[in-house]
Amino acid sequence: MRTNLRDILAPLAALLAAVLLTGCWERPPVTSVQNGYRGLGMVGVYNPRTLETQMPGNAIPAALPEAAPGAPLGTTVYKNIQVLKDLSLTEHVRLMTAFTLWVAPKDQGCAYCHDLADFSLDTKYTKVVARRMIQLTRDLNTNWKSHVASSGAPGAGVTCHTCHRGQPVPANIWFTDPGPKSVKGPAGGRNGQNLPAAAVGLTSMAYDPFTTFLTGKPEQIRVIAPTALPVSGASTRNIMQTEATYSLMFHLSSALGVNCTYCHNSRSFASWEGPPQRAFAWYGIQMVREINTAYLEPLGKALPAKRLGPTGDAPKANCATCHQGAFKPLYGVPQLLDYPELAGPKAIPVTSAAVPDAARKKPAAKS
Amino acid sequence: MIEYQNILTRVQVKAPAYPGVPLPSGPWRREGPPFFVYWLGKIGDTQVGPFYIGTTGLASLICGFIAIEIIGLNMWASVNWDIVQFVRQLPWLALEPPSPKHGLHIPPLNEGGWWLMAGFFLTASILLWWVRMYRRARALGMGTHTAWAFAAAIWLYLVLGFFRPIAMGSWSEAVPFGIFPHLDWTAAFSIRYGNLFYNPFHMLSIAFLYGATLLFAMHAGTVLSVARFGGDRELEQITDRGTASERAALFWRWTMGFNATMESIHRWAWWFAVLCPLTGGIGILLTGTVVDNWYLWALKHGVAPPYPMVFPEVIDPATLGGVAK
Repeated sequence: MRTNLRDILAPLAALLAAVLLTGCWERPPVTSVQNGYRGLGMVGVYNPRTLETQMPGNAIPAALPEAAPGAPLGTTVYKNIQVLKDLSLTEHVRLMTAFTLWVAPKDQGCAYCHDLADFSLDTKYTKVVARRMIQLTRDLNTNWKSHVASSGAPGAGVTCHTCHRGQPVPANIWFTDPGPKSVKGPAGGRNGQNLPAAAVGLTSMAYDPFTTFLTGKPEQIRVIAPTALPVSGASTRNIMQTEATYSLMFHLSSALGVNCTYCHNSRSFASWEGPPQRAFAWYGIQMVREINTAYLEPLGKALPAKRLGPTGDAPKANCATCHQGAFKPLYGVPQLLDYPELAGPKAIPVTSAAVPDAARKKPAAKS
Repeated sequence: MIEYQNILTRVQVKAPAYPGVPLPSGPWRREGPPFFVYWLGKIGDTQVGPFYIGTTGLASLICGFIAIEIIGLNMWASVNWDIVQFVRQLPWLALEPPSPKHGLHIPPLNEGGWWLMAGFFLTASILLWWVRMYRRARALGMGTHTAWAFAAAIWLYLVLGFFRPIAMGSWSEAVPFGIFPHLDWTAAFSIRYGNLFYNPFHMLSIAFLYGATLLFAMHAGTVLSVARFGGDRELEQITDRGTASERAALFWRWTMGFNATMESIHRWAWWFAVLCPLTGGIGILLTGTVVDNWYLWALKHGVAPPYPMVFPEVIDPATLGGVAK
C-alpha cells in the first residue's frame, strides 16, 4: 500500500484550522473541583492561569496605623459633618487619609473632594458623592449582612476599596445601553439582543440585562415553571425572557469567576437542593437593586455630564462592581477589621453635643 | 481494489457523460451539457449536470430566495447597512419572531412581521422541495425513501416553528432565524422548561442521533474494509453472499455476537436517521403544552433518581417574606 504524505497532512491541517477557527478556545490547563455529590457534574471549573493574573488586583493595601485614642469628636473642630459624626478627630483624619489612598487620583489627594481653602464646603460634586458613598458603605455593612457578611466571619463586609481599588470611578460600572445605531424604518429591529455583547459573555442574548433586572422596577428573574404540568396562568415567562435571565446569569458567572454549579443544582437551575451560595446571591441581587435605586440613580443629578451614560443616566453597580472576577471581593479578606468606622456608626458619648444621626436611617429620601 | 484501503477517496471513474434514463413527457427537460470537475471527484462524482429545474424546483428556489432576502436584509438593516459590521457580526445577527404580546396575530413588520413572512416563504420553499424530491424519485422509477426521510426532518422544523407556537398560542415561542441566536434559543428553551434532558422523547432523539452516526461509521467501515474481497458490491451481496459478506458478518459476530445483513444495515440506518427528528419533534411538541417542567415531571415518575443531600438545607429566601435582608 502506498502512503501519500498529502493524505495524512490534509486532515491534520483541517483539524488545526478547526481549532484555530473556534476563537473562544481556552488553553489548558483547566482544573475542576468537586462541590457536590459525585457523578452529578457539581464541579467548579477554574483556570490556574486566569486565577494567577487575578491575584495582584485582589491584594489589599497595608492598613494605616491605628488612630491615637482619646481625641475629642471630629464635630468639635470640623464644620458641616453630616455622616461621620461618631468619629474622633484622629479617627476622622485616618479615615480621610484612607479614602485618598483608595479613591482619589494620586496627584490630587484631598483636593479631589475638598475645597482646599475651606474643607467644609460642598462645592465639589465628588464630596457630595463621597458622603453618599460613606452612607452606602455603612448601610451595606449594617443592613445587608445577609450578603456582605454571609460567612459571619469577623470583619466581613465592604469598604471603599472593595469597589474602587485606587480608582476615582470603580472599574466595573454600567449604564443603560441604548444599543447600536439602527436604521430608521420598519426593518432591522434587534429586540435588545443579537450583538456580540461583552457584558453577557459574547452571546447573542439580551445585551443589557442590568436595566431589566437591577433597577427600579425589575423584571422577574425566575422563568422556570414551578410545576411539572402546565397550570393555567401559573407561569407566563417566555423564551425571550428566559434568554434575558440567562444574560444576567452570564454576568453573575463572569463577575464571580465561577460556573453555574457554584450556586445551582446541575440537574435543575430552579431547585434549592444545592449550594447555599445561591441564597447569598439572591440577597446580593436584591442589594444591588437597592444600591442602584436608593443611592446611585439619585446621584445622577449631582454628577457632571462626563460621568453620565449615553442616555444621561448615572453610573450604576452590578455584581462585578465589587466582585471583580473573584468569588468573594478581595477573596474575603476582612478589611473591615482595620476600618471598623465603616461597619456602621458607633454610639456617640452622651457628653457630646451631637444629635442622633437621623440622616443615616432613610438616606433614599434625600439627594 | 486496494485503493479502497485509503481513508480518502482515491478512485475517479472516467467515462462518457451520462444524461440519465429517458424522462416521462412534460414541459421541463434536463438542461445543459454535463461537464467534469476533477476536485469534485475527490469527494464524489466528477460529473456535474445535466440539471432538471422543474415547476416545483423553480417555485422552491424563488420562495427560498425571498426568505433568505428577508432574513439577510433585516440583519443588514440591524447594523445600519454597514457591510463590514454585517460580515463581522453575522453569527450574532438574527430575525426575531414576534414578541409575546402579539400572540398569534399578525404583528407590525419590525416586531415580527418580517419573521412571519420569512417563515412562510421558507416553509413554502421546503415543502415545494419535498414535492420535487418525491417526484424526481418517481420519475426515475425509484422508491421514495429519501423523500420520507426528508419529511421526518420537515416534521421537526414544522413543530418548532409552526405546530408548537400555534398550540402555545403565540408566535413568540418559535425559533429566531440566526446562527448564534437559534442556539441561544435552544439553551433557553431547555432552561425554561426545566431541563430538556429529562424529556424522554429528547432522550430517544439523542439515542437515534448518536446511534445513526455509530451505525454509519460501522457500516462504512465494514464495507470499506471488505472492499478487497468485493464487498463494494454490497447490494448484490444481499442475496448472493460472497466471501466479503461472510467475513464482514463473522467479524461482527466475533466482536459483538450479532450481525446485520447487507440489506438490514440500510434499514437500520434509515430508521435511526428518520426516528431522530420524529421523536425529537414529539418531545418538542409536548414541551410547554403537556409538560411544563421536565425535571419535576421526571422526579414525579421516577425517571430522575434522588441523590444524597450533601449541602445544608437551603431555603428559598424569596419565601421568607423580607424577614431578613
